[in-house]
Amino acid sequence: MIAYILGRIASLFISLIVASLVIFMVVEVAPGDPAAFMLGVNAKPDTVAALRAELGLDVPKAERYLNWVTGMVQGDFGTSYTYRSPISKMVAERLWVSLPLAIYALILSTLIAFPAGIYAASRRGRIGDLGVMAATQLGVAVPNFWFAMILVLIFAINLGWVSAGGFPGWDKGFWACMAALTLPAIALALPQAAILARVMRSSLLDMLDEDFIRTARAKGLTEGQALWRHALKNALIPVLTILGLQFSFLLAGSIIIEQVFYLPGLGRLVFQAITQRDLITVESVVMLLVFAVIVVNFLVDLTYAVVDPRLRARH
Amino acid sequence: MTRPWRSILIGGALAAVFVLSALISYVWTPFPIDGVDIPNKLRPPGATHWLGTDHYGRDILSMVIVGGRTSLAVAVVAVGIGMVIGVPLGLWAAARRGSWVDEVIMRGNDLIFAFPSLVIAILITGIFGAGAVNAIIAIGIFNIPVFARLTRGAALSLWSRDFVLAARVAGKSSLRISAEHILPNITSLLIVQGTIQFSLGILAEAGLSYVGLGAQPPTPSWGRMLADAQTMVALAPHMALIPGLAIVLTVMGLNLMGDGLRDLTDPRIRMQRT
Repeated sequence: MIAYILGRIASLFISLIVASLVIFMVVEVAPGDPAAFMLGVNAKPDTVAALRAELGLDVPKAERYLNWVTGMVQGDFGTSYTYRSPISKMVAERLWVSLPLAIYALILSTLIAFPAGIYAASRRGRIGDLGVMAATQLGVAVPNFWFAMILVLIFAINLGWVSAGGFPGWDKGFWACMAALTLPAIALALPQAAILARVMRSSLLDMLDEDFIRTARAKGLTEGQALWRHALKNALIPVLTILGLQFSFLLAGSIIIEQVFYLPGLGRLVFQAITQRDLITVESVVMLLVFAVIVVNFLVDLTYAVVDPRLRARH
Repeated sequence: MTRPWRSILIGGALAAVFVLSALISYVWTPFPIDGVDIPNKLRPPGATHWLGTDHYGRDILSMVIVGGRTSLAVAVVAVGIGMVIGVPLGLWAAARRGSWVDEVIMRGNDLIFAFPSLVIAILITGIFGAGAVNAIIAIGIFNIPVFARLTRGAALSLWSRDFVLAARVAGKSSLRISAEHILPNITSLLIVQGTIQFSLGILAEAGLSYVGLGAQPPTPSWGRMLADAQTMVALAPHMALIPGLAIVLTVMGLNLMGDGLRDLTDPRIRMQRT
């Protein structure tokens, strides 16, 4: 158990270091000097040099990488080239849109997928199962941003139930914000729910073929009882993996969904920064997203050890 | 006709419609796609323009057909990158199982898997410039570990088989064994995975084009058409519906085909796959 956790922690750090190196190098080799870009084509060389010094671009690459990483560890993400304000502050504001959205979507996806998957498994091969499977087949083929546009068309434009986009801000009240996040969350959640429902179903079906379920049936449990009492708990392990992966899809997916609904989240920050060649902001926000994903996957791995006694015993 | 064959035929036919029309578009389209015709803009589907026109009066049917070229080409090449690099890596890792080569390749795979692919794709296309080529690279990189892992897993089980042992006794090198005995036995697996990655690639390309990081105008692509449609969605819903349906039908077709092929190669999981 201890060895397993230590191994996971070691690989967590290696992943984070490699990730930061990759992101830093991608941004480093990017064409164009940010200082020259900010000052325009008519800037004098000495003005550009002065700005480069101010932005910390004149020190060697290795030193800059170390400054960037040590800064981030201390919560200092650097200063945006274009906004001239601390990136950590901008990120914190945006995070209050992106994170609730991702969590909202994750909850929706789970609430849809678990019952659907369990139902399909309990009706294996019958019409209910085929119906759920056909729906998931459609769900995995629909791009979430297109689904979002359809939702806007129906619920915002034709029915007028919610606004087509924008975000009121949390100071305007919790429910107003939740209303603004509902369509985006549905758009994000449904395609993910389709995948999750399939995993739930197949994982349950695998369990239902196991000997311990046959034993449970033999001692007089109905198939439904055997499913709920014995199969479900064991079937949750693969589902957990997918749930962890889904968080990363939802975070990344929210980047695109935010574009559809004009939500002021991290995604919009990344795109604004990309168009303005505000590379330090791009670099830091992407690193933050990657960090979140790697840490979530790490936590999923740890929960395995807790929920799966076999894994505990092996290490 | 058995179930897997039905999936393969229906799915294959769906996907083939888009692939064939994309190919035909090189020599003929119903209307020229650069034909700006403002008096006829935003026409709903009708007799002349079967699927209507967009905000410049361009024929949407022609745009969808030509747009398919970009979407399909990006996805195909991205799968190709994944296979050409991933499969040899997987074969190499399996041939040297347990050695440092295997360890390095597999840890590298884990690392790429740990990255949120869409975020990195956005980073790559955002930094190096939007465009089809960078989109291909960004999507292709994440196909490498998929194929490497699949190949290694399948190859490992083959390495313990008698016919491989016979080949080794006959003095064949592990390179020759990999190429002559392992690879031919895992092609069906690779084709199944290839179909699935192909459909994922189409979705990824659509997402990148939608946010303006894929193929650049005037090259039409399904994602770009959806981006154009966004501001027009109240006026001309068909502009948003049609390219989206093209994506959904193509992806569904490929997924069905992949499902069928998988069931055909492994009947055990016929009713269970995720």
